[in-house]
Amino acid sequence: MDALLFLVFAAIAVICGINLVVQTHPISSALSLVGVMGALAALYLLLGGEFIAAAQLVVYAGAIMVLFVFVIMLLNAGTERKLAIRPWGKYLGAPLLLLFLGMMAYLIQRILPPSSPVVFGAFQGGTPAEIGRSLFTVYLLPFEVTSVLILIAILGAIVLARKEVD
Amino acid sequence: MPLGPLPAAVPPSWYLTLSAILFALGVLGFLLRRNIITVFMSIELMLNAVNLSFVTFSYVLKRADGHIFSFFVMVVAAAEAAVGLAIILTVFKNRQTLEIDEVSTLKN
Repeated sequence: MDALLFLVFAAIAVICGINLVVQTHPISSALSLVGVMGALAALYLLLGGEFIAAAQLVVYAGAIMVLFVFVIMLLNAGTERKLAIRPWGKYLGAPLLLLFLGMMAYLIQRILPPSSPVVFGAFQGGTPAEIGRSLFTVYLLPFEVTSVLILIAILGAIVLARKEVD
Repeated sequence: MPLGPLPAAVPPSWYLTLSAILFALGVLGFLLRRNIITVFMSIELMLNAVNLSFVTFSYVLKRADGHIFSFFVMVVAAAEAAVGLAIILTVFKNRQTLEIDEVSTLKN
């Protein structure tokens, strides 16, 4: 059952990821990215990350993607022109990408210690209670620093979007 | 990876391989697409792929730290999306284009 769920959601994620790359209209790419994020949220649940799965849906698929769709609508972004791939990219790109993937797969098989298969419910450390406990004890300083980061980002976004840059 | 009848559960390395595939797709979109918004969405795809490996490592090591890291990645991605989209708005306001090849003032 766990393997079936993994394969289904992995297939959804990969298909939506390929769709993101091949679509020429940005809104199709945005909807594909929402599909990837939804599938990843299901995979996080399988891995025992309840809080992260919820945050993925609320923050990524909810907030960030709405921002993207809003900007696409605001700028009235249309289909992009046919891309002209440079010759070296055409003949070198795919082999290099496959080489990268092969190397990653080899390293993962090689380095990862032999571990038991992923079973739903085997790891209970991802509950909101556990996350909150380590977020407010061990990771308190980084957590506070992110609040400053967000404040700076909001101020920067307001300044950038308002000012008339010459 | 042994091929045969479907096992009841998959090893964590399959999750990491999926993460590598999604990251490669993100790189592909980043390099191939010409629309600045799609390029930006490819970056988000790469961040998501890395998040998946963080959560998988968290499962393998039976610690919650990977979840915290992916939480921080989400926070940084939110900040980056806000600033990046503001930059895209400003670029569009000044140049009336979303094609990255046409924004080439720094070239030559």
